Amino acid sequence: MPILWVVAVIFVVSVVGFITGRARALQSVGGDSRQLHSLPLYYGSHAALWAVVPAAATLIVWLLVQPLLVNSRVVETLPDRLLDKGSSIGLVMSDVRRVAEGLDVAVAQGALSHDEAASIGSSSVNIREFLGSIGLALGSDVSPEVVDAAQLHRGLNATGSALMSWIVLAISVGGAAYAYRRSNADFRARNVVERGVLGLLIGAASIAILTTIGILFALLFNTIEFFKVYPATEFFFGTNWAPSFSGRGGLSDLGVLPLLWGTFYISFIAMLVAVPIGLFSAIYLSEYASSRVRSVAKPLIEILAGIPTIVYGLFALLTVGPLLVSLFGKNTLNWMQGGTAVMTAGLVMGIMLIPFVSSLSDDIINAVPQALRDGSYGLGATQSETIRLVILPAALPGIVGAILLATSRAIGETMIVVLGAGAAARLSMNPFDAMTTITAKIVSQLTGDADFSSPEALVAFALGMTLFVLTLGLNVFALFIVRKYREQYD
Amino acid sequence: MAIKNQTSRGVSHTSLLSKRDAHTQKRNSAEKRFRIYGMVALSISVLFLTFLFASILRSGLPAFTQTVMNVELVVSQEDFDEAESKMLKTKAYQDIFVAALGAELARRNLDVAFDNKAIERIVGKPGGTIRSYFTEDPSRVGQPATFELAASSRVDGYFNGRVTRETLVDSRFLKATDLDLVDALQTGGIIRQAFNWNFITGTDSGVDNPGGAGLGASVIGSFFMMLVVLFLSLPIGVAASIYLEEFAPKNRWTDFIEVNISNLAAVPSIVFGILGLAVFIQFAGLPQSAPLVGGLVLTLMTLPTIIISTRASLAAVPPSIRDAALGVGASKMQSVFHHVLPLAMPGILTGTIIGLAQALGETAPLLLIGMVGFVAREYPDGFLSGFTDANSAMPAQIYTWASRADPGFYEKAWGGIIILLLFLITMNAIAIILRRRFERRW
Repeated sequence: MPILWVVAVIFVVSVVGFITGRARALQSVGGDSRQLHSLPLYYGSHAALWAVVPAAATLIVWLLVQPLLVNSRVVETLPDRLLDKGSSIGLVMSDVRRVAEGLDVAVAQGALSHDEAASIGSSSVNIREFLGSIGLALGSDVSPEVVDAAQLHRGLNATGSALMSWIVLAISVGGAAYAYRRSNADFRARNVVERGVLGLLIGAASIAILTTIGILFALLFNTIEFFKVYPATEFFFGTNWAPSFSGRGGLSDLGVLPLLWGTFYISFIAMLVAVPIGLFSAIYLSEYASSRVRSVAKPLIEILAGIPTIVYGLFALLTVGPLLVSLFGKNTLNWMQGGTAVMTAGLVMGIMLIPFVSSLSDDIINAVPQALRDGSYGLGATQSETIRLVILPAALPGIVGAILLATSRAIGETMIVVLGAGAAARLSMNPFDAMTTITAKIVSQLTGDADFSSPEALVAFALGMTLFVLTLGLNVFALFIVRKYREQYD
Repeated sequence: MAIKNQTSRGVSHTSLLSKRDAHTQKRNSAEKRFRIYGMVALSISVLFLTFLFASILRSGLPAFTQTVMNVELVVSQEDFDEAESKMLKTKAYQDIFVAALGAELARRNLDVAFDNKAIERIVGKPGGTIRSYFTEDPSRVGQPATFELAASSRVDGYFNGRVTRETLVDSRFLKATDLDLVDALQTGGIIRQAFNWNFITGTDSGVDNPGGAGLGASVIGSFFMMLVVLFLSLPIGVAASIYLEEFAPKNRWTDFIEVNISNLAAVPSIVFGILGLAVFIQFAGLPQSAPLVGGLVLTLMTLPTIIISTRASLAAVPPSIRDAALGVGASKMQSVFHHVLPLAMPGILTGTIIGLAQALGETAPLLLIGMVGFVAREYPDGFLSGFTDANSAMPAQIYTWASRADPGFYEKAWGGIIILLLFLITMNAIAIILRRRFERRW
């Protein structure tokens, strides 16, 4: 683990920097720390920061950039003959990487000496058999060009890594030395260190932005890639979902409409369960219940929110599904063919969302000022009339916002629909039919052994983009409604 | 005039008090109905909760017991030599086993007919286990040895009530006559139920052996993921919250960060899985199914939760603390790190534990980074390889079991859920205790 070693050495340099920087500052005032501008600790931290931060930043950037550079360099040298055979650059490159990794593993295991690995050519041994013998399976036979490319890959990577280690270490030592030289009585170490720490804090806060950018890029690039191989109009307006994985030809229908229908149908049933139960629970808890009932019932409902979705998924698949079949299945009404259905997933998802709706509504109802209630009682209204005619209208924007947020949660929910809704995409009105959703199809398209450049795998990214836009839109809309129509009472 | 008016009103008033008119009755019953709606809604949610837990316990508890068969046998030197000289060696040992079992049954005066095939249906093929026991250490030959053999999943189901005589259809897996033998073995005390330690400490088995499946390896996988999440999300989350709560000027950039954080908290978890697949595995080339990748994805997912709760606890520290620190000459940074942060620490830790509990139960992103296709047959070799070696995680393992064809795995999935929920309850309990003990009201 050479990178681990580099990190360890940086750590040692920073400790040495801390001790020497602190010592030099103290020495400059003859050991009397009162004459220093800052506490001795800051001089040490200053040196340690200089040893770590620039070096670590270089290391991270280098680790991200090197694979890209090496890749493009190797792709340039690949002969055209390899690419003509109908295989994409991505596939050839993944072979190249696998061979290169395999040779590295062979050296690490001691099956090959360093020189042997470097000189292993296309002619000498059957690479595939050899790598197979040390436990690395290669998909297809390896052509000589691929082996050459793999050797180039290894060579570039080795030089790159060596160069990286030395440069990073030089930066670390250089930084520590620079800070050491600056350590003396007049140097304002605290101000510099605090500015540095503030920079780190800002960096940490920006990770949220980096994550969003990462999500957007991951979705966007692959979605564009998908629309290059599959027409966008057919994706958005196609009413048939029938992916065919390689072997049956590349003709698949990838229309999103059946999936959208399944998603909305299941979410609708979930909301049909969650909204009345959640809302009435919230009203009862905040307006009627004694504090003893409240202190027991509220945490009980919130337990429902803390249960992982895989538990609900299993509950749908193994308990609710068979139960519904026994009620509506062949022996009774014959509405339902199998345990996985829109109804199953919708019901269970509704249960999951009860606490979501109820705790949000509870907060909102509690935020309605007492004066409104008192006024209503004073006019002779009963409690329920007060709730229906005064409190709910006052809390309505907040409640609508809560329902929209819960809907967005329902649309993005994965495990319950993967296990409970079925796999068949269809446009049907019967809630006892099996249907499927966007999230379930993302999972099924990306968990197979599909090649990532095929439309069947890339469609998952387009689906992810659709999902992301849908949920984000709902969230923004919910916030907008809450902000726009909120009554200000203070 | 005025007096008369008053009396007439007074009369009608008393009549209102003594008996309710139709309108009032209607209003009162509407009131009562409304109240009942609320009670019904509340009891339905509590009912769902009880139903959920009852079905988890009912279906999951059998996973913790296992049906085992205890047979003592002595393999003499002649038997050993003879068995080793045969072509089908394990078959020879199985014959010895069957003979020993017959002798044992006869000793207890249990008269029941059985053959080799029936034994195979009940405990699989015991010959291999017995042979390796003796070939491992030949000095064991001639000594009495007790074998504890796990019964097949169908026999297990017979003990748990999953398989009954009425529903049993003769198949190559189990016949009705086998159940007579099982009953006889049970009265003889040879076959019994024992606590299934293998389920807790063992590793996943193949698709055809639900009896041998264990959760242990995936608990370790989850543990390494949680280590990554803890050591990344706690410092990053705290640093981000300190900046946003204490230092950030009100400008577009910080507004943008805040909007981003609240949006990330609402992004569906599967999208984080796509991010992990595209960025960490495809772009950065990190290994598939590795707890490291899972941990990174879950870190990004839990960061918003941790940031939101950390900011709340930082904001709860009264400004007088900061003012006092600044008053005695501390810098802004010193007042935050020396005074505000330690006072907010209990709240931050509580939020972090709750965030970790959320991350522990999260499944969807793990499906996409390859933690499901992988069969966790082994424990990682060491601490570092624990992060990078392919492994499963608890929720992913449960999903894997739930999607296997053999219904014997369903029981394991429910059992896995019991263990997962135990972890979550423990973590939440720790969070609650922390909050109760250390939370300060200002």
